[in-house]
Amino acid sequence: MSIDAGTIAPAAPVGPEAAQPETVQAKRSHGTLPISLATIAAIVAGWSLASAYGIVSPLFLPSPLTVLKAIYNVAINGFVDSTLAQHTLASLLRIFAALAASVAIGIPAGLAIGTSRIGKGILDPVVEFLRPLPPLAYLPLIIIWIGIGEASKITVIALAMLPPIILSTAAGVKSAPADFTNAARSFGAGRLQILLHVILPGAIPSILTGTRIALGAGWSTLVAAELVAASQGLGFMIQSAAQFLVTDIVIAGIIVIAAIAFLLEILARLLERWFVPWAAHR
Amino acid sequence: MSVLSLQSVSLAFPVDRDSRRTRLVLDGITLHLASDEFIAVIGRSGSGKTSLLNLAAGFLKPTSGRISVDGEDIGGPGADRAVVFQDDALYPWLNARDNVAFPLKLRGVAKQERRRRAGELLAKVGLESAGDKNIWELSGGMRQRVGIARALASEPRFLLLDEPLGALDALTRARLQQFLLNVWSESRTGALLITHSIEEAMLLATRVVVLAPNPGRIVADIPAGFGRQLLAGKPLQEIKDSPEYRRLHDGLTGLIHTDSEEAA
Ligand SMILES: Nc1ncnc2c1ncn2[C@@H]1O[C@H](COP(=O)(O)OP(=O)(O)OP(=O)(O)O)[C@@H](O)[C@H]1O
Ligand SMILES: [Mg+2]
Repeated sequence: MSIDAGTIAPAAPVGPEAAQPETVQAKRSHGTLPISLATIAAIVAGWSLASAYGIVSPLFLPSPLTVLKAIYNVAINGFVDSTLAQHTLASLLRIFAALAASVAIGIPAGLAIGTSRIGKGILDPVVEFLRPLPPLAYLPLIIIWIGIGEASKITVIALAMLPPIILSTAAGVKSAPADFTNAARSFGAGRLQILLHVILPGAIPSILTGTRIALGAGWSTLVAAELVAASQGLGFMIQSAAQFLVTDIVIAGIIVIAAIAFLLEILARLLERWFVPWAAHR
Repeated sequence: MSVLSLQSVSLAFPVDRDSRRTRLVLDGITLHLASDEFIAVIGRSGSGKTSLLNLAAGFLKPTSGRISVDGEDIGGPGADRAVVFQDDALYPWLNARDNVAFPLKLRGVAKQERRRRAGELLAKVGLESAGDKNIWELSGGMRQRVGIARALASEPRFLLLDEPLGALDALTRARLQQFLLNVWSESRTGALLITHSIEEAMLLATRVVVLAPNPGRIVADIPAGFGRQLLAGKPLQEIKDSPEYRRLHDGLTGLIHTDSEEAA
């Protein structure tokens, strides 16, 4: 997954009309909700019929009920030595460890790109090199370098999350009106004060958007990384199940992964609404 | 008493990014603002008014000439010259009170004291109950008053105002003009007001400076006493009907009008 810088830049809405498209969109998404629900129902129904009438072998496509039972079973009894909760927890811990690392590195790096010519000169080529690379391309190298343990998985995920966080931070810095920094300077603010009290808060909406994109990128990298080398985690669970042709658990794993990605997205949006209510009013 | 001085100040901007050719925007500006004065600068759009204010604020460096406060060159922006911006430049992540308290925070004033002083200043601009409001909940006129309170919080020696009332409706504008006049006379800070409105300049300023474009230069620097009359309680209509007022108004209109014909 590659993230285009252009998709990040307009993240922070500008102008008084910024609030309007949101309400229009909200209305429209409300309007499509019944249709979307009907689509999902149709897919599940088709799936049920296909497996009930043996159109597709249950080995390839177990029925929805079987998958539901599989989810229940993995939740209670576990699969390959861990319960569903443990697999999920292992995956989430990796994601959040990687998120912490990439935020800790990415925000200062983005501030450096956005505020200083030297910082931009140094960091731009690094980011532009990293950004289009599929994380799985460098995973083997990372494993050679730092082994097959947790550290390599977290590193790969963090590297996948880094570019969107760096680029969105830099974009947020540049979106700050010159008047904001000028005002602070005319009240006697120093460089560090401007960075902490004006540039950083002004960039937070954009940083949060970048974090949301990063979570998406990180989540897809995580599952892939676990497919390659892990003893716990949702990706590992799917990989093991596939080796034994336990298709219901494969599908159960996919559904859990999708559900968690969906929940993370909603969480990120809620955080945006709580922490930067003003972003919609710029 | 302090004096903010621009001496033979010129400013040139590069014509475009790559060429080294420049365009002269301000030419030989000499202007002294004492801390008991209220100078209004009028001129056509593009005559360099904002550039002049940005120079005085220290946001721009002059191409030639000196800018000083009490004889000392300004190195850049400083807390002795607070700016009120045309589009308020209030921080949306802070509520009204914290915006006003922002200059105090920069100075390390303790939180309790900041709140108290910001409360006082909000009361002064007639917004005592709006402290907890978000910036986007305020009307344009309220925002400008918060912006003025914020500038006053830094206790500057000079207030630099770039068309702060430009975007307001006539009624709000008239109210805020009266308000600005009061603030100026109470706070005893020098004021440099950029405005498009001849009337506003005449009613507020102790001196009206006219800037002609291409390159921006001072073509008139005229004392005016109407603000002081207003402060003394003379009715607005009576002032506007007076022959001196009419004469100055016609004179200034003529000056600005000649400009636009020249440029056309
Ligand atoms: N950063 C800049 N780079 C190049 N040219 C500039 C820059 N800022 C202003 N100018 C030019 O300088 C001239 C004066 O601009 P300035 O903004 O000072 O005018 P103004 O009198 O404030 O106009 P207005 O009444 O429209 O605000 C204009 O011709 C403008 O195009
Ligand atoms: Mg201007």
